Amino acid sequence: MALTLTDDQKMIRESADGFFRTEAPVSQHRKLRDTADATGFDRATWAKMAEMGFAGVLVPEAHGGAGFGHVAAGLIMEAIGRNLSAAPMLSTAILGTTALVTGGSAEQQARYLPLIAEGKRLFALAADEAARHAPAHVATTATPSGNGFKLNGTKGFVLDGHVADTLIVAARTSGDHDSRDGITLFLVDATSAGIAIERRAMVDSRNAARISFDDVQVDGADVLGAVGEGFGILEKVLDAGRACLAAEMLGVSSESFARTVDYLKQREQFGQKIGSFQALQHRAAHLFCEVELARSTMLRALVALDSCDDRSSQFASLAKAKCGEVAKLATNEAVQMHGGIGMTDDFDIGFFMKRARAAQETFGDIAFHGDRLARMMGY
Amino acid sequence: MDLLDTFRAETRAWLEANCPAEMRQPIARDADVCWGGRNVKFTGEAQRLWLERMGARGWTVPEWPREYGGGGLSKDEAKVLASEMRRIKARSPLASFGIWMLGPALLKYGNEEQKREHLPRIARGEIRWCQGYSEPGAGSDLASLRTSAEDMGDHYLVNGQKVWTSYADKADWIFCLVRTDSTAAKHLGISFLLFDMASPGVSTSPIKLISGASPFCQTFFDNVKVPKQNLMGAPGKGWDIAKYLLTHEREMIGDMDAGGQRDSVSQIARRTLGMDAAVLADTGLRTDIVRHEINAWAFALTMERVKDEAKAGQGVGALSSMLKYYGTELNKDRQQLLMSVAGSDGLAWEGPAEGEGDLARGWLRSRANSIEGGTSEINLNIIAKRVLSLPGA
Ligand SMILES: Cc1cc2nc3c(=O)[nH]c(=O)nc-3n(C[C@H](O)[C@H](O)[C@H](O)COP(=O)(O)OP(=O)(O)OC[C@H]3O[C@@H](n4cnc5c(N)ncnc54)[C@H](O)[C@@H]3O)c2cc1C
Repeated sequence: MALTLTDDQKMIRESADGFFRTEAPVSQHRKLRDTADATGFDRATWAKMAEMGFAGVLVPEAHGGAGFGHVAAGLIMEAIGRNLSAAPMLSTAILGTTALVTGGSAEQQARYLPLIAEGKRLFALAADEAARHAPAHVATTATPSGNGFKLNGTKGFVLDGHVADTLIVAARTSGDHDSRDGITLFLVDATSAGIAIERRAMVDSRNAARISFDDVQVDGADVLGAVGEGFGILEKVLDAGRACLAAEMLGVSSESFARTVDYLKQREQFGQKIGSFQALQHRAAHLFCEVELARSTMLRALVALDSCDDRSSQFASLAKAKCGEVAKLATNEAVQMHGGIGMTDDFDIGFFMKRARAAQETFGDIAFHGDRLARMMGY
Repeated sequence: MDLLDTFRAETRAWLEANCPAEMRQPIARDADVCWGGRNVKFTGEAQRLWLERMGARGWTVPEWPREYGGGGLSKDEAKVLASEMRRIKARSPLASFGIWMLGPALLKYGNEEQKREHLPRIARGEIRWCQGYSEPGAGSDLASLRTSAEDMGDHYLVNGQKVWTSYADKADWIFCLVRTDSTAAKHLGISFLLFDMASPGVSTSPIKLISGASPFCQTFFDNVKVPKQNLMGAPGKGWDIAKYLLTHEREMIGDMDAGGQRDSVSQIARRTLGMDAAVLADTGLRTDIVRHEINAWAFALTMERVKDEAKAGQGVGALSSMLKYYGTELNKDRQQLLMSVAGSDGLAWEGPAEGEGDLARGWLRSRANSIEGGTSEINLNIIAKRVLSLPGA
């Protein structure tokens, strides 16, 4: 499978670029933050994203989606990264859809997938409990009760958890704390009795909720996949999320790099453009290479997901690790090369650094994925 | 797709029948690499046969046109051939500056006679070439070169000195940058000459490297007569050719793992250091290794993407500088890691054991990767100027 875009994918990239640049640019992100918007994104924009087919990018056509696939989803995420657009794209369109497509029963799929494509129902993945990403670390319990289960526990970092209609909850039906076996996924209505949702605004002005479950009753029919076998589904959901976050981070990297190179050509000191200083030229040239490498890993990860490559997990980890490191470097260098103005809140470049930090941390950084990759490769 | 499948099947069958078993072994030492040439010394009959068979098919240069000794393959077919060779771990039949550097320049800038004279001999490994670019006073600032070629009517008279000329003492011919016009601006007085190293007045003197080997030389020209028809391109237009050739050289040097046959650092580390349950026994090195492999993998994917894009007629400018810079820095990192993995055993220089000292020599040799063919700094300069359009670069 070639690492180049098809004509259809190029069209999607163009329309996504145009869409986010005009409909959800960095200024919208700033406004949402400054007004401490309760939703954290613009619902009208999300409705338009549904019309464009973005919300249903991974939803099969049979369920009313666009079914464009992961490369397309990544290109949309890249445009989101370039514009720092806030939208429940990751939580709902990527994670929610992948969970349903991978683990959902025919009934669950028929019920939820069309709603995702229409932009009418929001999902959030309530999996991580530890502050450092550790997907098998699940202490939340699901104990048999009635014709279903009772959930008890706390999830600390649920992206878009404050607005989600449905939570995808990882809970333990058997096994100990860190075991991969015995984890079960549940589809839980966010308004169920016993759920307490505490919104946390994050450093990147996105939202993640701390959600606690206190004897929350769920029906047996709300189990996603088989009881005790949720980890396999969770890994697939996370891998799709990692590859798409890699794409978003690539967008963050390439945009902050482009802005930095522009600045190097404008700003003058010592009677010359600062871009004529070789110390900065070499760092910029190095960064150019790094961004190109990151792009290759991202494309490979997305292509692997589309072709159900049996190395999808390896490529997802590779992309998440590499794109995360590059986003860190690109945004750090961006702030440094802007000098004092780069540190000011009025200037946008700092937003990119904040988003890079959060995206890098989400679903595992290079320490996590380096270890995962090494294990997958047998060392 | 169908045609390509047929081609794959035929290629596989032909390789099975024609690639000697000895040529499917990993390259263990320098002598295993075949450079061809008038004075070629094969390690054995298998190496000779392999070169002869591949050369006759043009598969030493799969994409060159058939009339010049190439295989006439499309990019897709060449990719299939490469993957089939990788499958049986077939060695490359021929290492050659003629293939990597001069050939592409000849195809673009050579006249018909020159192409017919030189390309088939390169393809069959009959003539070994060396590169006469650098001089004592002209390294990174190559265009300041001073070796002169004086127009004597029917021939040029070449005088001057080159340095760091790899394998000059073993090469049959040289492609050489000379100054034909000392009054013109620096870049405009340069011409591109091809001549026989056996010509009267050419002499070489080997220089020893820190690795102990002497693969490069000082090369002296003392009133060397070069026929006029050996000029490639127009007089004074040599700089364009020189730069074009360098882009190919850089891609070649950057693509250190061209055959994809090297063991990864982690594979070697697993054998050397062993495992502790599911992880490498040395957890500190494990972290260094996986970070290296993330970059190595990302780089390999980038090489793949660049080739795919070239095939699709797209392409990123000044890519050869990126590949050269990143690929060589990665290879140096790899060699250093391999030294760490080997620990004190890696320090061995000479001894009775087979291959003693190879690792340390390989490490020392790798330090040249970011110097030869344009230094890392020069390649970063090129990216800053050509790709990023930064001022004054
Ligand atoms: C193993 C090996 C094989 C070689 N084979 C050949 C061959 O076959 N044929 C051939 O013609 N040549 C060959 N070379 C020569 C090689 O191309 C030169 O060594 C190289 O171009 C650098 O030139 P220099 O050695 O004069 O270093 P210099 O140009 O003197 O550079 C010294 C240092 O200054 C830095 N520098 C120079 N200019 C700048 C600048 N503008 N900005 C920032 N930094 C700068 C360099 O990056 C380097 O770090 C070979 C070299 C090696 C090591």
